[in-house]
Amino acid sequence: MKTRGLYFSSYVLWLIFFVLAPVALILYQSFIGINGHFTIDNYENFFKVSAYLQMTFNSVLYAALITLITLLVSYPTAYFLTKTKYKQLWLMLVILPTWINILLKAYAFIGIFSQSGPANNFLEWIGLGSHQLLFTNASFMLVAAYIQLPFMILPIFNAIDDLDESLINVSHDLGANGFQTFWNVTFPLTLNGIKSGVQVVFIPSLSLFMLTRLIGGNKVITLGTAIEENFLVTQDWGMGSTIGVILIVTMILIMFLTGEKKRRRR
Amino acid sequence: MVESIITFRNVTKKYKDTVILENINFELKKGRFYTLLGPSGCGKTTTLSLIAGFTDESSGDILMNGQKINHIPANKRKINTVFQDYALFPHLNVFDNIAFGLKIKKKSKNEINEKVTEALKMVRLPGFGDREISEMSGGQKQRVAIARALVNEPEVLLLDEPLSALDMKLRKEMQYELRELQKRLGITFIFVTHDQEEALAMSDEIFVMNHGEIIQRGTPTAIYDEPLNKFVADFIGESNIIEGTMIADGKVKFVGKTFECVDGGMNANELIEVVLRPEDIEVTESQKGKVVGTVISQLFRGVHYEIVCTDIDGNEWKIRSTKKVEVGASVGLNFEPEAIHIMRANESEAEFYQRLEKYQGS
Ligand SMILES: Nc1ncnc2c1ncn2[C@@H]1O[C@H](COP(=O)(O)OP(=O)(O)OP(=O)(O)O)[C@@H](O)[C@H]1O
Ligand SMILES: [Mg+2]
Repeated sequence: MKTRGLYFSSYVLWLIFFVLAPVALILYQSFIGINGHFTIDNYENFFKVSAYLQMTFNSVLYAALITLITLLVSYPTAYFLTKTKYKQLWLMLVILPTWINILLKAYAFIGIFSQSGPANNFLEWIGLGSHQLLFTNASFMLVAAYIQLPFMILPIFNAIDDLDESLINVSHDLGANGFQTFWNVTFPLTLNGIKSGVQVVFIPSLSLFMLTRLIGGNKVITLGTAIEENFLVTQDWGMGSTIGVILIVTMILIMFLTGEKKRRRR
Repeated sequence: MVESIITFRNVTKKYKDTVILENINFELKKGRFYTLLGPSGCGKTTTLSLIAGFTDESSGDILMNGQKINHIPANKRKINTVFQDYALFPHLNVFDNIAFGLKIKKKSKNEINEKVTEALKMVRLPGFGDREISEMSGGQKQRVAIARALVNEPEVLLLDEPLSALDMKLRKEMQYELRELQKRLGITFIFVTHDQEEALAMSDEIFVMNHGEIIQRGTPTAIYDEPLNKFVADFIGESNIIEGTMIADGKVKFVGKTFECVDGGMNANELIEVVLRPEDIEVTESQKGKVVGTVISQLFRGVHYEIVCTDIDGNEWKIRSTKKVEVGASVGLNFEPEAIHIMRANESEAEFYQRLEKYQGS
């Protein structure tokens, strides 16, 4: 009982110092103007200046594209992984890259996509000639999708793996072929796995800033980039915090939208 | 001559190296009610899976209407299944569960509505279409599963212990209704159960299974009256199994006495086992009985009393009687020659029926 209380209080402390306090500070900062007084100018600015709205739009658009690419790759991958003989081992191999620091992976891709890197060598070898690959939107999305892949595969894999085998049998029994079974049974019953995957991929993708610079060459300015700029370059902490708050609200909104809902009744 | 619908020819099923079903042979006729009866793990569900096409046989042939169907996938077989664990789709409500097969077959909306409503009525769940599966009780779920299968009008319906979750009263009612339904629709039913009473009450023919083999097949009365061996005798209802000796045809000796019986065709003085059904034994006054025993317990079972007696040699006798006796009283036990069933050790099903026919036919 005593040790449980100890664990619990340390968890509460952790929550207060590393989650609640920072959020409260950001919220407080977002109402502080450049001159140090309490104001709602920052929020007014955000919704008036078209650059910020453009950034918000870009963030959502690119996060959505990255999520879509990840999903399109992950679902079939997860599906076939569940059918393999040593599925846990294969899953482990898929998850392994998440242990590598994101910066290391980003630098690895800089190497691969550079003018004389393996990607361009390959293009030349098949006769397409070398191209500018790095610092393009396409490469940014590709690398972001690559990094997010395991987080999408895992929940979908679990959902498909948990699917009751006899439901598939019933579907065949009732005359459905492979595709009909997938569309009417497997897909709807693994929708929750997809939702969790979308959550864990879409939300962090909103605030990517390292990759937008290192791989995307800052062609796309997302909210994440804007926060970094405001804090580290222009030192306008108030504005940076405001964007942060808006990002947090967006995330909560998306979590709410993709979260488990009670099934509608007819 | 009724046409056969499902035939198994030397069908064996293995998982890795474990043999689950060993060399199964049978021929099922159209429009009859068959029951696979056997203890847990004997291979009943596996047999159904082979018929439905969910698993492939390791060797042998499965035929439907005379055509080999080994390689025909489950969705192309005109067979539907009621699963042991219901297997209802949790993301669909009752109506959509039942309509699943019809929607796959692209039936019109009107036809689907009509058939589902009718099916719901048939399983006595009218008006339950809008319910979610999670809002249904175990028994209701099972009836939805039955409706979902029947609405497709299959040629063969497989039922894997469909009544096991129901309470006694509903279970009895559903047994009656299923049997009526089967007769009315003329569909071949293959019903799985490990409840011998259920099997006896419903079937045209019973297949008693154990350890992946069919031990004995026959009509309920044949199996009940002439169990092939101790396993069948024990499994099909309670019985007194007593060791004895066959003196000659029609004469058997057990509990130290010689009795008249209607069995024969065995070697003289062959050691055999005698089966006496508890309800075939009559309790009388002690001087009128073939055997005299002392009542050691009596249990009221509603319709009858379950009485246990011991005779002078210490043999236990289970008796089912509508008459009440006194515990500790001395009573006489009487039974007809027809009530004595003889079982030989290690006799195969074929040998058993051959001997029966030969002796009784002569
Ligand atoms: N997929 C499988 N892999 C390996 N063994 C299996 C598999 N499915 C079933 N078995 C084995 O086959 C045997 C028969 O199983 P089956 O499900 O047919 O039994 P059952 O007669 O239906 O039993 P119950 O009355 O408990 O439902 C069991 O010993 C079981 O462990
Ligand atoms: Mg079973």
